Amino acid sequence: MTLNLRMAWRNLWRHKRRTWLTATAMIFSNVLLIFMISLQFGSYEMMINNTLQAFSGHIQVQREGYNDNPKLRNSIPGIVALADRLRRSVPDVAVTARGSAFALASSEQRSLGIQILGVQPEFEPAVSTFPGLVTQGSYLQEPDAAEIVIGAVLARNLKVSIGDELTLLGSGRDGSFAAGVVTIRGIFDSGSADIDRSLAEVPLDYFQETFGMQDHGHSIAVAAHGLENVAVAQAGVESVLEGMEGLTILDWDQLHPGLKQAIQADLSSAWFMYGVLIILVAFSVLNTQLMSVLERTREFGVISALGIKPRKLASLVMLETTLMALLGLLIGLILGWMLALYFNSAGFSYPGMEEMAGKFNLPDRMYPSVTFFSMLLGPSVVFLFSLLASVYPATRLFRLQPVEAMRAV
Amino acid sequence: MSKASTLPVAAMTRLAWRNLWRNLRRTLIMLLAIAVGVWAMIFMTALMRGMVDEMIKDGINSLPGYVQIHNPEFRDDPSIENSLEEPGEEFQGALLGPEVTGWTSRVRVPAMISSERDNRGVTLLGVDPDGEIALGFDRHSIVQGRFLTGPDDKGLVIGRKLLERLETDLGKRVVVMSQDPENNVADRGFRVVGVYKAKLASLEEAFIYAGRSTVQSLLKMDGKVSEIAIAGKDYREVGPLLQTVVDAAPNGVEVLPWMELDSYLGMMMGVMDGFVLVWVIVIFLALSFGLVNTLMMAVFERVREIGLMQALGMRPAAILYQVLMESLLLLLLGLLAGNLLAIASILPLREGIDISVVAQGMEMMGAGSMLYPALTLHDLIMANSVVIVLGLLTSLLPAWRASQYKPVEAIAKI
Repeated sequence: MTLNLRMAWRNLWRHKRRTWLTATAMIFSNVLLIFMISLQFGSYEMMINNTLQAFSGHIQVQREGYNDNPKLRNSIPGIVALADRLRRSVPDVAVTARGSAFALASSEQRSLGIQILGVQPEFEPAVSTFPGLVTQGSYLQEPDAAEIVIGAVLARNLKVSIGDELTLLGSGRDGSFAAGVVTIRGIFDSGSADIDRSLAEVPLDYFQETFGMQDHGHSIAVAAHGLENVAVAQAGVESVLEGMEGLTILDWDQLHPGLKQAIQADLSSAWFMYGVLIILVAFSVLNTQLMSVLERTREFGVISALGIKPRKLASLVMLETTLMALLGLLIGLILGWMLALYFNSAGFSYPGMEEMAGKFNLPDRMYPSVTFFSMLLGPSVVFLFSLLASVYPATRLFRLQPVEAMRAV
Repeated sequence: MSKASTLPVAAMTRLAWRNLWRNLRRTLIMLLAIAVGVWAMIFMTALMRGMVDEMIKDGINSLPGYVQIHNPEFRDDPSIENSLEEPGEEFQGALLGPEVTGWTSRVRVPAMISSERDNRGVTLLGVDPDGEIALGFDRHSIVQGRFLTGPDDKGLVIGRKLLERLETDLGKRVVVMSQDPENNVADRGFRVVGVYKAKLASLEEAFIYAGRSTVQSLLKMDGKVSEIAIAGKDYREVGPLLQTVVDAAPNGVEVLPWMELDSYLGMMMGVMDGFVLVWVIVIFLALSFGLVNTLMMAVFERVREIGLMQALGMRPAAILYQVLMESLLLLLLGLLAGNLLAIASILPLREGIDISVVAQGMEMMGAGSMLYPALTLHDLIMANSVVIVLGLLTSLLPAWRASQYKPVEAIAKI
């Protein structure tokens, strides 16, 4: 084996420039793949986390059908008590109960239709990032005060500031007329104009009173510590809800169906591109190894005339490819890893990314995720395809006729 | 190099062509690699271009128009106060110019819509139906009932999704509430006369259409509108259209092209152009290693031959030319195959690719659920010229090396 290895290694360097060129093709695609894949995974992770942490949480408990048809009357009775139970029984999660309704909010000068959320001021900040984004005034504190926190664009459009009053007009759960006057306690700036234009939060007790909800609410949002703990949290929530009629548990994929699909769409176009890149490298390897076999026809003829089996020769060629591919793998891995590490700390950005990132709840710089998987996935496929590409040149050796081969030029 | 012009070009080219086929297998593999690379360049570009084009077209249709005129305050504060006068006669005359394919003026205010069952915040559009259609509203998107018949139509057209949300139906009455410039609540009952569908479900929930005059009298804003939208011929070249409108528009209004009205859309076009170039170059780089390798091998095998030719008086420039010619022929054949392959694979997809499995994901990006590949001449030329120009540049290295052999040493080489 060591002899074979030595022979393969020496054969590789008979054409130094050719070997390096082929290895460089591998290094080039390995570095590119590592960088792109780690950047992709990094941005997916960030996109999911930012989206879920903004408001929805990882899991929600709702009345069956509410998600498709968010009506006031599709509500959960005794929602605060149920949220308390979940908080007590499921370890390591943050839980908050919410109600949601549409209302016409009027200031002295303006009226706009907005979404009003009833939230538990005590628990909301652990699930949603909006309370932390209050830039003027403060977040809600009293559980039943007639106070409201609104988005910055909404405040501007309504021409109101902290301490001003808003009149809310809408309809209650039983179809009755719902009206209330609230004082603006805080203004948040989430950076997303759509949210800042259309969202407002009031304390849940006040919400229930105003919209005739009694003790009902619409959703209980549960946030776990990171995506990896969602399954455990979900099992915990399920066991608490067992035996309760008409409730349903939605995971983040059901809450944001677009999110996973956007990732899938992005992945499938990325796989196509990576596939093409890898195939081109494979062609390069195929060409190099075929040349290297053809130019040694005489040599191989002599060796096989000496009684060496074709299998042995073929494995020598495969070994040469393996060594070359390992060279490409190692150098590519080191360079790619360094590149990913650099951008992992410095962040990566390109012109126009800010607008695009905002659309997907991403910050304006992306940070590649440097994991074992994101580093090795691309290079290992390149390695595999390089080996596959040299199968054809290697199998040619089985058809070698020693006598003819020795006569070849 | 002055002698280069006197080289027997035809003979050299023939020599290059024959040399190319001396190692059939190697040349074929390289050709295949170039063809696959070029195919991938063009195919992928056409898909991406198609997606972005569609997105931009849809986006422009829902703006609508290539250029819009507003009160300068309107975009930040889309309220009824920030309206403008309907275009006067002189301005209307200017809008008949050759750059303009259609224009309309519309009222656009935030409003609440309520059925017996539910209510929603929406954007109420007071429109002239003919103008909307001229700017891209598709009559076929009306799935129930009819579109408005004129600016004084008393009916209301709402989106399919909103109809569902409000649990109302065609022919039923809904109440639309907004405010007039004095901040009094203005409300009015409307009969739903039509239901439209949109590519993006979020649009179906956002916009309701009523007759412009009807809305103007409801909101006590006679003769005033929120925006004037103007469409032209080519959304990529809005410069002349913008200039015409700016020149004709009255003072104190804001005239903006679509890429500034929706910066996400505008930026998509730029990012797309950047992406295409990066993709083409990356693929080329992946190819270039193989290309250089193949040429190097070809030259290396012929060291003796080249030495002999030089000894017989062939100039280095001729050798250089010969190797470059061989590379050019290889590239041209590969490009031909790659282009044909790309066209052959894109043509059957003209009717669109159904990607509705990821429709909600595409909606996040602002794209619809059908993908129509767009093969543009510009992208074709770009991909082909990148391959030829960069291909010849990378071939310079082996070609130059070949031309620098010392005849005596080369001949002696085994």
